[in-house]
Amino acid sequence: MEYIDYYKVLGVEKNATVDDIKKAYRKLARKYHPDLNPNDNEAHKTFQQINEANEVLSDPDKRKKYDQYGKDWKHADEFEKQRQSQQQYQQYGGGGGDFGSFSEDQFSDFFSSMFGGGGQRSSGRSANVKFKGQDYSAQLHLTLEQAYETHKQTLKVNQNNIRITLPAGVENGQVIRLKGHGGAGVNGGPNGDLLITFVIADHPKYKRLENDLHTTHSIDLYTAVLGGETTVDTLSGKVKLKVHAGTQNGSKMRLKGKGYPIYKQEGHHGDMYVTFSVKIPTHLTEEQKELFIKLSNL
Amino acid sequence: MDTQELVLAIDCCKTYNLEYTFLQSLSEHDLIQVQVIEEEAYISYQQLGSLEQYIRLHQQLGINLEGIAAISHLLQRVEAMQQQMNQLSNKLREYERELAFE
Repeated sequence: MEYIDYYKVLGVEKNATVDDIKKAYRKLARKYHPDLNPNDNEAHKTFQQINEANEVLSDPDKRKKYDQYGKDWKHADEFEKQRQSQQQYQQYGGGGGDFGSFSEDQFSDFFSSMFGGGGQRSSGRSANVKFKGQDYSAQLHLTLEQAYETHKQTLKVNQNNIRITLPAGVENGQVIRLKGHGGAGVNGGPNGDLLITFVIADHPKYKRLENDLHTTHSIDLYTAVLGGETTVDTLSGKVKLKVHAGTQNGSKMRLKGKGYPIYKQEGHHGDMYVTFSVKIPTHLTEEQKELFIKLSNL
Repeated sequence: MDTQELVLAIDCCKTYNLEYTFLQSLSEHDLIQVQVIEEEAYISYQQLGSLEQYIRLHQQLGINLEGIAAISHLLQRVEAMQQQMNQLSNKLREYERELAFE
C-alpha cells in the first residue's frame, strides 16, 4: 500500500485554504468527471483519486489526521483512539462544500487504512439524493466456435460470480447490458449496470460476414477438371459436396443454412460460402509430364 | 407497439430532491421530454439515466442548463463517433483478413 499525497493530487500547497482546495477540486472534477469521460478508465481512476483527496482535505478533522499521520499511516489506529476520547469536545466541521455526494464506493487502501471504510459526505444539498451507481464496462473475449452455440459463462465482477447465458450468434463489438451488476447506488439508489462488449477473435479458417461464413477449400486439379466429391468442414460438422466438372479456381458454392446462427432466432442460420482453390500439381513424374504434354497437344 | 413506462414528474422531484422548475428547464432545452397526461406531468422511465446525469453535472460540477445541453450534444457525437470507429476497425480487420487469405 502506497502513501498518497493528496495535496499533490489536487495540485495545491500544504497550507492551501479550504477555498483553494475547493477551487482546485472543482477544476479537476470538471476535467475528469466520469459523465464527461465515458468509457475512459484512466479518467475514472483519476477522478476517484481527486474525489478521495477532496474527501480528506475538505474535512478539517480528516485533514488534521492526514497531516499528522499521513506519511506514517500505520499509526492511524493510535490516532483513532485518541480522537475517540476527545470526540465529546470536538465538533465536526462538515466540509461538504456545495458539491454534493459522488459515487464514493471506491477508495484506496491507503484511505481505508486511515479513515476506515468508504467516505461519507456529511453535508450538502444532495446528501439524501438517490443516484444510480456507475455503469461498468467489460470485454468478454470469445472464439468463433464459442459464439456459435448458446452457452453459459461465469464472470467475476467485484468478487461476485455472475452466471450469464450467451445466446448463439453474438457479434464482435456487440454490447449487452446486465442490469444492476455495476457500481453500488448512492444513498440507496439502484446499482449501475454492467455493459459487456463481446470481442470475437478472428478464426484461421472461417471469416464471418454478418450471419454468413466464408471459407476456402482446396480441391485437386483432377476433381476440378473431371468433377467428383469433396468433404468440407463446417462449424456444425463435415459436409460432402459434389464438385462439378470444370470447376474454376476461385469459384464459389453456397451451403444454405450452414453459416452462423442468427442472434436470438433459434434454429435459423446464415449460409456458408465455399471458395474453391484448385491445387496445381507440382513435382510431376516423367510419365505425368508426358501425359500433360500429350493432353496439351490434343 | 412499443410501451413506455412513465414516472410521475412530482415523484421524480421528490426522489432526486429537485425543484420542478429544473425539470421544466430541462424540458425547455429538449434534454428531457415531459408528457402531460390528464393534467399530470410524466417522464419516461428510459429517461431516468439521462436525468441523473444532468443532475450530477448540475449539482456536482455546477454546470448550467446551456452547458448541460452543449455537453449532452457533444457526448452524443462522441458516442456516435465511437460506434463508427468500432465499425471501421471491424471492416479494416475484415480487409486485412481478406488480404491474408489471398
